[in-house]
Amino acid sequence: MEDRGDAQGDYLRIEGASKRFGETLAVASVTLAVREREIFALLGASGCGKSTLLRLVAGLETPTTGRIVLDGEDLSALPPHRRPTNMMFQSYALFPHLTVAANVAFGLRQIRPHMAPKQIAERVDEMLDLVQMQAYAGRRPHELSGGQQQRVALARSLARHPKLLLLDEPLSALDKKIRQRTQLELVRLIQRVGVTCILVTHDQEEAMTMAGRIGVMSPKGELLQVGTPDEVYEQPACRYTAQFIGETNLLGGRVTGGRLRCDDLPEPLALAEAGRPADGSEAWLSVRPERVRLSRTPVDKADNQAPGTVDNIAYLGSHSDYHVRLAGGRTMIASVPCARWGEDTAPVRGDAVWLSWAAPDGVVLTR
Amino acid sequence: MKLPRLFLLRGRFWAGFLPWAWLLLFFTLPFALIVDVSLSSPELSVPPYVSPLSLGPDGQLHWSPDATPYRRLRDELGALAQPGADRPYLAAWGNSLGLAALTTAVCLVIGYPFAYQIARSAEVSRQTLLMLVMLPFWTSFLLRVYAWMSLLDSSEVGLINQALLAAGWIEEPLPLLYNSGAVLVGMVYSYLPFMVLPLYAHLVKLDNRLLEAARDLGARPAVIFLSITLPLSWRGIVAGSMMVFIPAVGEFVIPDLLGGGDVMMIGRRIWDDFGPNQDWPMAAAVAVVMVLLLIGPIMLLRRHGRAAPGSLR
Repeated sequence: MEDRGDAQGDYLRIEGASKRFGETLAVASVTLAVREREIFALLGASGCGKSTLLRLVAGLETPTTGRIVLDGEDLSALPPHRRPTNMMFQSYALFPHLTVAANVAFGLRQIRPHMAPKQIAERVDEMLDLVQMQAYAGRRPHELSGGQQQRVALARSLARHPKLLLLDEPLSALDKKIRQRTQLELVRLIQRVGVTCILVTHDQEEAMTMAGRIGVMSPKGELLQVGTPDEVYEQPACRYTAQFIGETNLLGGRVTGGRLRCDDLPEPLALAEAGRPADGSEAWLSVRPERVRLSRTPVDKADNQAPGTVDNIAYLGSHSDYHVRLAGGRTMIASVPCARWGEDTAPVRGDAVWLSWAAPDGVVLTR
Repeated sequence: MKLPRLFLLRGRFWAGFLPWAWLLLFFTLPFALIVDVSLSSPELSVPPYVSPLSLGPDGQLHWSPDATPYRRLRDELGALAQPGADRPYLAAWGNSLGLAALTTAVCLVIGYPFAYQIARSAEVSRQTLLMLVMLPFWTSFLLRVYAWMSLLDSSEVGLINQALLAAGWIEEPLPLLYNSGAVLVGMVYSYLPFMVLPLYAHLVKLDNRLLEAARDLGARPAVIFLSITLPLSWRGIVAGSMMVFIPAVGEFVIPDLLGGGDVMMIGRRIWDDFGPNQDWPMAAAVAVVMVLLLIGPIMLLRRHGRAAPGSLR
């Protein structure tokens, strides 16, 4: 989208930020750089500290350690009302006693030196126009639908031209149908305004749809991995990421002779050469269900294959998930496009099948 | 299981019936009696009045009201423009309204921070703090007023004066008791919980995220208070003020004990007319006018409270 040198690679820098509430460490020494005009998603299960991290950036919480630098300016000493950031709160926190226009104008009224009333009115119009809410300027928040409230909240948080827009679970209050449409709409708006944006979500689909890069957080408040949506999906850095994002088959064992020996599998598993751990180390192999081939007979040239019986089938329209029980008792999932069987009849529960996958299709994990 | 259903029906009946019966028995009926007394003529007998409603020898009901007390009140009102005219009832009414307004204002100024702190404190300590606000109610109201008397007294029993004398800060005891200042102190002290509780009930509902959103949008703490907290607690302010103002207008005991009678209140006026003056119709008329005049502001405040900018639906 833009070509900028490495200097712009860290428009926002979070350096070793931690937040401790009493005995619990909500954010555990997170270091992170966000580029200008990027939409960055913090993804994690609820209670993993991602919202706390966002609040640290907004100044609503004070970090226990570490600092936050935005566009070369250390934010640590600034109270929230002086920070060039604005947040769109979960469930929006619109002021119930103010009209839509007054909600949007609220932040503008706080700017010193004072903006002229005419300027404020123009800016409010511009913002409501952006989110297509001009017709509702005189309404109160409780007279609006959830989607409309979300748009007003966005207009309010963009009105002050923040250097950084913070979105806390922006769409979690909406119905699933509206949510999917709104995700792309929101991305278009943010890109049109050209604001740098950090988004917090527990919904991996939302993160993958909206964000250019994703930071995955562990339940202990650590930042586990940062990458583009396909990087975190295709090359998870650890077991938690592999399992949290999408479905995966995780096979644990010990590396022996360049192969992974699992207790419950007769044959050691072939591993891709790149990044193969040293012999004797404990490792896990993550194989996405769509990388696993399912066939009625053994395949001629497969790096890894194992026989089993179909235990369960989940028909999902575009594909079916086959839960196959292997001889050792382990169940693996193979995701098969429904169109694949063609003339053949698809295997049913109880059928004997073979699972196979190529060594490069598995990702070797050491933690 | 027939019994629970029966209970339920009965419960519903009583729940609907009781408040109305209570109002009828203890408000409407006595009020009608007072109206009757206010329209009767004074008489040297027991009771010292003759009801306007009488059963004549012909077996017919006769209605012969005497509106003298109301005429007196109207004349006082008519003489408002004349300087120096004697207006004992209007003066007492004015004193009472003034004191009640002042009490309400002081209670609001002191009670708001109280309620705010309790509402913002951790959930576990809230109950304790609320209990502390209510704690004075465990002692008799009259005892508490007497306690204030012994605090403010200028003789040897006055604790405050004795303490100040002992500290050497004053040489003569200060005249703390028997003036309008003492009355105000007693009123504020007695009515403060009635301000704190409704305010707390509204402030505790205030969503903390709104305050954070205001902060995030650049508002300084004072601006947040004035533009978010205050309007959103408006109904609590209205409710608390009503709870303090309305009983404060008719307050009799506190001005009587702490004021020493140097300021004539409407409650004292009514007492005098019922008691020493033996003018029951006059006293009753003042009471009726007071009720009617208080209903006005209550209706106004209620409507205002509902349509207030801070109303959260």
